[in-house]
Amino acid sequence: MFGYYLNLALHSLKRTPILTGLMVLAIGLGIGASMTMLTVLHVMTDDPMPGRSAQLYTPHLDPLPLDHKRRGDSPDPTDDMTWPDAMALLKAHRAVRQAAMSGGSLLLRPARADLRPFYVAGRYATADFFALFGVPFERGSGWSAADDAASAHVVVLSEILARKLFGTGTAVGQTVHLGEHDFRVIGVTADWAPKPLFYADQTGTQYSDADLFFLPLSVAVDEKFQVNGNQSGWVKGDDNSLTSANMSWLQFWVQLDTPAQVAAYRQYLIDYSAQQKALGRFQRPPTNAKLYNLMGWLAHENLVPNDVDLQLWLALGFLFVCMVNIVALLLAKFLRRGGEISVRRALGARRRDIFVQLGIESALIGVAGGVLGVAIAQLGLWSIRQRPDDYAKLAQMDVSMLLGTLALAVLASVLAGLLPAWRACHVPPALQLKGG
Amino acid sequence: MQIRPILSTLRHHKLTAILLTLQVAFTCAIVCNVVFMVAQRVQRISVPTGIAENELSAIHSRGIEKGENVQARHVADLAALRAIPGVRSAVAVSYSLPLNQSESSSGMCPSKQALDRAIQRNSIDGSGCVQPALYDGTPGLIATLGLHLAAGRDFLPDEYVSKGKPAVAIITRALAQKLYPGRSALGQSMYDGDNFFRVVGIVDTLLRPALSKPGVDGDSMIWPQRPDGSSVTYVLRSAPQDRQRVLKAAEAALLQASSNRIIDPKQMQTYTQIRNAYFQRDTTMIGLLIASVLGLLFVTALGIAGLANFWVQQRTRSIGIRRAIGATRGDILRYFQTENLLIVTVGIVLGVLLAVLMNLLLMTHYELPRLPLWYLPIGAAVLWALGQLSVLSPALRAAQVPPVVATRSV
Repeated sequence: MFGYYLNLALHSLKRTPILTGLMVLAIGLGIGASMTMLTVLHVMTDDPMPGRSAQLYTPHLDPLPLDHKRRGDSPDPTDDMTWPDAMALLKAHRAVRQAAMSGGSLLLRPARADLRPFYVAGRYATADFFALFGVPFERGSGWSAADDAASAHVVVLSEILARKLFGTGTAVGQTVHLGEHDFRVIGVTADWAPKPLFYADQTGTQYSDADLFFLPLSVAVDEKFQVNGNQSGWVKGDDNSLTSANMSWLQFWVQLDTPAQVAAYRQYLIDYSAQQKALGRFQRPPTNAKLYNLMGWLAHENLVPNDVDLQLWLALGFLFVCMVNIVALLLAKFLRRGGEISVRRALGARRRDIFVQLGIESALIGVAGGVLGVAIAQLGLWSIRQRPDDYAKLAQMDVSMLLGTLALAVLASVLAGLLPAWRACHVPPALQLKGG
Repeated sequence: MQIRPILSTLRHHKLTAILLTLQVAFTCAIVCNVVFMVAQRVQRISVPTGIAENELSAIHSRGIEKGENVQARHVADLAALRAIPGVRSAVAVSYSLPLNQSESSSGMCPSKQALDRAIQRNSIDGSGCVQPALYDGTPGLIATLGLHLAAGRDFLPDEYVSKGKPAVAIITRALAQKLYPGRSALGQSMYDGDNFFRVVGIVDTLLRPALSKPGVDGDSMIWPQRPDGSSVTYVLRSAPQDRQRVLKAAEAALLQASSNRIIDPKQMQTYTQIRNAYFQRDTTMIGLLIASVLGLLFVTALGIAGLANFWVQQRTRSIGIRRAIGATRGDILRYFQTENLLIVTVGIVLGVLLAVLMNLLLMTHYELPRLPLWYLPIGAAVLWALGQLSVLSPALRAAQVPPVVATRSV
């Protein structure tokens, strides 16, 4: 039966090539525009650490004085952590793994004569960083907690930087002159950069940034290395040094494997805040302390620009108008075939049969529109990739989005065909025959 | 033209007519709002900076020599840059230029009392104090940027400092009116809590490095402070067509003066590039918005034409009968045109209401201002024209139906 209906549908569509073409074009344009924007939103809000993100949490404390007022557009100091708080949380060791970190750019003077000095962006972190995030190593490994304590001048390079500095030769064991100090290379990571770079401070371009080196946080603080991102102090006249208790600048992430561990850690943060309040350092309620999971933190940061949001709504509005258009056209088309339908009804076809037949015809338009929509969306994504926005390079359609596009197109056209088909299948048998 | 027969025909195609009306309504609502958004963005990207935009270029240099005398370095660099053929003038600034996003700002109060008020409230809002953007630079900044001095004078050579804060400042007219409403700002002293700054000059316009709100975007002040870091931006003024060449020559000249520095090619730009980069998202958005309006109008026109075509085919026989009993071609043409006008008009009435609703929704979510009402009649006119244009070809075809069709059986 399905084959027969398919045949009928093809036949009917072929009879009105222009109208069919119009409907396919309308669905293609609507679906193409919507899927372009949905894909952009999908890649921007995707899980940066699949398989690991459920165990990653970031604690946030509120050390601000009671009368602290934030200027409208300035960053929230409680998004980051102060050095004393980060060190206390590290030392308490209440999570499975925990690491404090911050971004920085350092001058690198290559030993090779053919390379000019350049600035390179990387991360200052504590020892657990690599195990916490599961950073893949090509050679060597990260450093130990003992290296942190001793402020050892060791560095882990990304594969790209290692290749730039040492070519195909082995980088581990070599020396790199970074930020006017010598560092011994102890590891080389494979190409690794979560998108977005969720553990970085919010000021960067998180969709295109990658860390090219990693070195112990204690060294960065000792040597007063330059720190990227917000350094928000809240006490006037404070020295605003990196170790100040009144300036937040660090990011802190922990691994918690079970709900019980999460609850316990949340309680620990409140207890810690209460203790700091008792000591007179914190002024605000201890319950201000928060523990975000990874996806919750990304939602809090709200990395999707308003413009992208607006573009999505615009595209969906466009799709809606296209669908209304198709409903009207299908309705006209189906009702015009009243004669044919009433003959089929008179010959014994049930309403359901007519409904299915017309439904298949609409779905066929949807399939054709979906194929066109995929092509238009690919064109749209290509044009987005040409833009200089930091998320632009990510705008690629994966298999799930591709199938989603086709599914959405068929769904949209079947939905659009529902009302016309329902109206058409109520054509009474044989009545239409009289008119001739 | 009689409306009644049209209405009774439409009653037979109630659902189809309603759908077409809905489509026109949504198109009208979306087009009005999107065109308004385009106008907003165009206004945003055409904001004047107050500087000679198409004659300026900027090149950033970062010294990497330890213990370098940066003041001497800047003097030598500027001499080398001024020697480049085509360079009319050159100055050094720390980092701020209008629209380059590197802003430093500081609270400025018109008086000690205003500062006390601000401290008491723990906020500058409502205290009379303002948070202007700070610009610095070597002597000649005003002339090189092409700023128009509306009152007062440029800085004197002995007013420039390298360390600490200077004693004088030049402010924009917008800032002057905000700090000293109703009186002349010249000769007044601004207070930042530690120092007083006497206003010696007022420039017409100088936009901030980063825009936030229209009310504060023009609040800028310049003080005679020479850049004092190893990282510095040189601003060059030349003929517009010389800028690319001058930038290349500047890079070579700087590296020749001292190779112990880093010049990032990404921070070697004409001012036009700086401006375009700042508004890049807006220009993309304008393109997208316009494309979506055109797409929407296109689809709606297709829908109207497609449906009219269908109706013409369907009614061929009745058209023939009407022609046979005396209707002229013009009558048939006008029949379809009027039918379209009716549907589109109802759609527009609905669409205007929807447009206002949609605008209210957007205002709450995206900080858009209220839609000016004169957008609505223009949107209506566009859709009327679109409807008539798309129905023209099917209606003409209908007018060509010969009366003899009436006598044939289908």
